[in-house]
Amino acid sequence: MEQFPGLIPYWVIMVLMMMGLYIVIAHGNLIKKIVGLNVFQVSVFLLYITMAKVEGGTAPILAEGIKLYSNPLPHVLILTAIVVGVATTALGLALVVRIHNAYGTIEDEEIDKLEDQT
Amino acid sequence: MIAQHLPILQIVLPLMAAPVCMVIRHPQVVWIWATLITFLCLPISIALLVQVMAEGVIVYELGGWAAPWGIEYRIDKLNAFVLVIVTAIGAVVMPYARRTVDTEIPVSRVYLFYTMLLLCEAGLLGITITGDAFNLFVFLEVSSLSSYVLISFGKDRRALTAAYRYLIMGTIGATFYIVGVGLMYNATGSLNIYDLSKLIPELGGSRTIQAALAFLTVGLGLKLALFPMHMWLPNAYTYAPSAVTVFLAATATKVAVYALIRVTYTIFGTVDILEIVPVQDMFMVMAVIAMFVGSLVATYQVNVKRMLAYSSVAQIGYMMLGLSFDTVTGVAAGIVHLFNHAAMKGGLFMALGAVAYRVGGVRLEHMAGLGKKMPWTMASLVAGGLGLIGVPLTVGFVSKWYLIQAALEKGWWMIAVLIVICSLLAVVYVWRVVEVIYFRPVSEIAQEAKEAPLSMLIPTWVLIGASIYFGIDATTTLDVAFAAARTLLGDGG
Repeated sequence: MEQFPGLIPYWVIMVLMMMGLYIVIAHGNLIKKIVGLNVFQVSVFLLYITMAKVEGGTAPILAEGIKLYSNPLPHVLILTAIVVGVATTALGLALVVRIHNAYGTIEDEEIDKLEDQT
Repeated sequence: MIAQHLPILQIVLPLMAAPVCMVIRHPQVVWIWATLITFLCLPISIALLVQVMAEGVIVYELGGWAAPWGIEYRIDKLNAFVLVIVTAIGAVVMPYARRTVDTEIPVSRVYLFYTMLLLCEAGLLGITITGDAFNLFVFLEVSSLSSYVLISFGKDRRALTAAYRYLIMGTIGATFYIVGVGLMYNATGSLNIYDLSKLIPELGGSRTIQAALAFLTVGLGLKLALFPMHMWLPNAYTYAPSAVTVFLAATATKVAVYALIRVTYTIFGTVDILEIVPVQDMFMVMAVIAMFVGSLVATYQVNVKRMLAYSSVAQIGYMMLGLSFDTVTGVAAGIVHLFNHAAMKGGLFMALGAVAYRVGGVRLEHMAGLGKKMPWTMASLVAGGLGLIGVPLTVGFVSKWYLIQAALEKGWWMIAVLIVICSLLAVVYVWRVVEVIYFRPVSEIAQEAKEAPLSMLIPTWVLIGASIYFGIDATTTLDVAFAAARTLLGDGG
């Protein structure tokens, strides 16, 4: 029985991850693809945060009376990953802007048609 | 004093030099600065390789924090060798880049181009040198993000979509990789690669570790363009600026292959992977398909740059095939092919860059009759092409010789036959180009073409020369590769 509530976060993370991946694959709109990519990445952030949680633990702050605290390392790691995610999103969106200038559309299918012509 | 800090200098130098480019901004000065930095990186990596070969593993603790708590750089024979490949290509590309950049990139953006090139080199070196699995992810993203930007510098508008698609695939790959690292951390509580290699065997059977292995291999497989995850590669290579194609084709996929070797042979090396999941078998199947599909598709390309890109997919297949044998000869053949392919493909893409510079395109019709107009460039193209086929006295022969030997050692003569058949396919696509450049009349587009400038010709011939020199006398590269393979497989040495 202990398994059931304890694993719920991981189920949520996996569902979120697959949703993100599905959006990236299924949507033809370049901005929607980036949104999907974001959902996908956020699920991984949640995976790390979930791992760090210690039952009954507080925030990892050094103060009197605090004996049990969550593992701070995954938090720090994911801070780095969030920065990377922001950079990727920014670069992706910048590319979409330039694609829009060059092709006049951000729909995958229409871009494919335009590319076939040249 | 400095000798002790070489491992960190290797990374810090290009990493800190990149933002300096943003301050300088003047196109020519930036170029001199970037070239200087890459010239400094090369002797550092060579010094590291010499030291590792003589004294064994170098461990460098960042900030004096001992592993597994701190991040350490851990250099053994394998990554010292890869460092030399990356820095050597970087040092050769820079002098070459100046002319191509003049024609392909707007003057106002040139300084950004060199910033990104230095960042990309720093990222690739970081992936290679680090001994920390999460640190590897950070460097992976440094190199990937800068390479997306570099590809989008291409003149053709399709460079933008190629960069975008690479960004999507690359980010999925890198994210898969951190999922894998997270699962490993979950099970072991460590991020240090060396530490993991000692902790994982006890947990080898657990589902978490198996899932981690799956995520890591798929993530890195996307990065190294292993068939069928290679879809981003042909367009990215075709539409990127010439210097970028040379740099990425010769280094980026090689470093990803290195990262995969680290995962399968160091982290999971002591676990009998075959008993858990048949990873090696899957690698072999995908490698053989990559060799065939890559070579076949290459034979009907009209854009020669695209043809070589597909040939890269095939050549990555050879490397992965070597790794999948799981024997010293096989792994050594894979490792030595990292170097050999970097030299050949780098030289070939440089020759094509010279054609694009003089003629303005690299489709077959642009190249007709160029044998008379640009004899030295075309000779390098032919020499590199012979290397791709695997003709004796070229590096391609050395790689294939040891691959076939490794296959026969295992008694898999079918694989040996397949390697030979793929080489015949290479004859087909190389011959198509040779036929066009020597036996067709000069096309109208190329009437005005003349020999490539020396600043392009010399780097081209340095790489092609290396691909011939190390084909005739392969002892140096083979010694390092075999020593690295023995260490990886735990046979001492």
